[in-house]
Amino acid sequence: MIGVARVYRWELAKLLAQKRTYLGLGTAMIVPVIFVVVLQFQSGGPTDVPLGRYIRDSGVVTPLIVLLFMSIWGFPLIAALVAGDIVASESHNGTLKTILTRSRERGQVFAGKALAAFTYTLSAVVAMGVVGVIAGSIAFGFHSFTSLSGTPVSAVRGLALMLASLAVYVVPLAGIAAFGLLVSTVTRNSAASVVSTLMFALFMQLIGVLPGTESIRPYLLGTQFDAWHGFLRTPTDWTPVVRAMWVSAIYIFVPLFGAYLVFVRRDVAGD
Amino acid sequence: MTDAAPVIARGLVKRYGDIVAVAGVDLTVEPGDVFGYLGPNGAGKTTSLRMMLGLIRPTAGSAKLFGRDPIVDGVKALEGVAGFVEGPAFYPYLSGRRNLQLLADYDEPNSSSLIEEVLETVELRDRAKDRVGGYSHGMRQRLGIAAALLRQPRLLLLDEPATGLDPAGMRDMRDLIRRLAGEGLTIMLSSHLLYEVEELCNRVAIIRKGSIVYEGQLGDLLATATTSYRLKTRDPERARTICLNQSGVENVTIEGDELRFSADEDAVAALSVALGQARVAITQLVAEVASLEELFLGMTGGESSDHDRQAVAS
Ligand SMILES: Nc1ncnc2c1ncn2[C@@H]1O[C@H](COP(=O)(O)OP(=O)(O)O)[C@@H](O)[C@H]1O
Ligand SMILES: [Mg+2]
Repeated sequence: MIGVARVYRWELAKLLAQKRTYLGLGTAMIVPVIFVVVLQFQSGGPTDVPLGRYIRDSGVVTPLIVLLFMSIWGFPLIAALVAGDIVASESHNGTLKTILTRSRERGQVFAGKALAAFTYTLSAVVAMGVVGVIAGSIAFGFHSFTSLSGTPVSAVRGLALMLASLAVYVVPLAGIAAFGLLVSTVTRNSAASVVSTLMFALFMQLIGVLPGTESIRPYLLGTQFDAWHGFLRTPTDWTPVVRAMWVSAIYIFVPLFGAYLVFVRRDVAGD
Repeated sequence: MTDAAPVIARGLVKRYGDIVAVAGVDLTVEPGDVFGYLGPNGAGKTTSLRMMLGLIRPTAGSAKLFGRDPIVDGVKALEGVAGFVEGPAFYPYLSGRRNLQLLADYDEPNSSSLIEEVLETVELRDRAKDRVGGYSHGMRQRLGIAAALLRQPRLLLLDEPATGLDPAGMRDMRDLIRRLAGEGLTIMLSSHLLYEVEELCNRVAIIRKGSIVYEGQLGDLLATATTSYRLKTRDPERARTICLNQSGVENVTIEGDELRFSADEDAVAALSVALGQARVAITQLVAEVASLEELFLGMTGGESSDHDRQAVAS
């Protein structure tokens, strides 16, 4: 465990020293700001999405609306940017052979990397949420708003529900990151991994909107990005939340385990 | 287990599809050796070292370090072992010191208390705060040695440590390796440059197209070598006749007033006596430095490049 913790710490340090980390986190933070600024100059709003009509009622709603817009490719791209790179870049630079000839087992190195990729993913979503609430509250105030069931929600309770929503949202996003780790490990090519991870996310969304896929829709990764809606109903609808947990768990652990097996056995040769 | 030899490779094979990178390597590195692993580019040196370090799986055979197989024992097999293959690689966006701090944290026991000392050893202390991205090739090689020394190894595996360095850098690298060997480290280093090995190593293995063609004492190898000589005398014509009649003196040619021939040490000794007895005054008798080179060319099928010969001359 100490071994994994040491690797994890350094993986975070490496992320903090790389531009792409700030590109991802910066994007996650700038999108809600742009969103709020644009709404300040326009009279309309995103009335066609859930909660869209209440966007001007309270700053607490802002991150939730941004979540909806960033689900298609925004957050998947942000997650892929690091998860797709974290193993591949070290294969490419040759640093993998440097760290694998010390005293850490390959499994420990992989675990540290996976944890770091998930931590970054979580950070991006939290960063968006924090910036979104602040920007939204400056623009629209910190007020109560109306839930998806039409009942009023106080500002403070809304804030708690928003945080719970972000937490539930991160879980399927971790599924995207896990897929990114798998392709990163298998292809050893950073750009290819980022692109194919994004493609995977878009594909998941796409088959969810095709006619005839209704029966499998609840089990697609893309669907789980809407699970947090359950928190904004009265009473709370736990069904989509619970399903998001176990469905996402499959999407996380299957590629993660595959990536682990490849990582511990693979040849580390120049490529 | 600790009294097992530092490196024992037996029947080591690595295939990549149809490509046979290493066809069957047997070699033993004894404690205290500075072992030269010689072969032209593409012979399979790096691939062999990768297998020894557990970075790639052998297709067949095994490599054991102090009796432990990295495929079976994982990183435990690397206890007391350090090195690099194909040029040491670091995180370009971190400083040299920070790279070492990272690697020290990956060591068991943690080796961070040695960082300043190893930076001093490789003379990188005043550049340690700079990003590795801005380092020269030579500085990276030295940082690679520093990273290896952090582990306080009993065995160092170095893949072409002096390749690509300028003459001064190469001399520094050689001095460093000699000093480390003097401190009792066992060192295995690969090279496609003979003169590096000639100066540093007591034992060598020569690999050609994935197979070992010679393993043994460097001295034994040199003794069997027929060395080429340049001879200048006051009477080149008579000297030539004597050379042609002297047994063990081969390939006699004449260029102006200078004779060239190849011979082993005993034959040269006999020749000088014969010249003296015939009262042919010798003004110069010089052995060509490329001795091992020629031997090597013969063994490796003449694949050595012009680049090597230039480097020998420098
Ligand atoms: N990962 C790889 N995939 C395919 N062929 C390889 C790989 N690594 C090495 N080779 C081939 O194996 C041979 C030996 O390579 P190498 O061990 O790097 O030689 P050396 O270090 O002696 O120059 C070369 O022909 C090389 O092209
Ligand atoms: Mg090589």
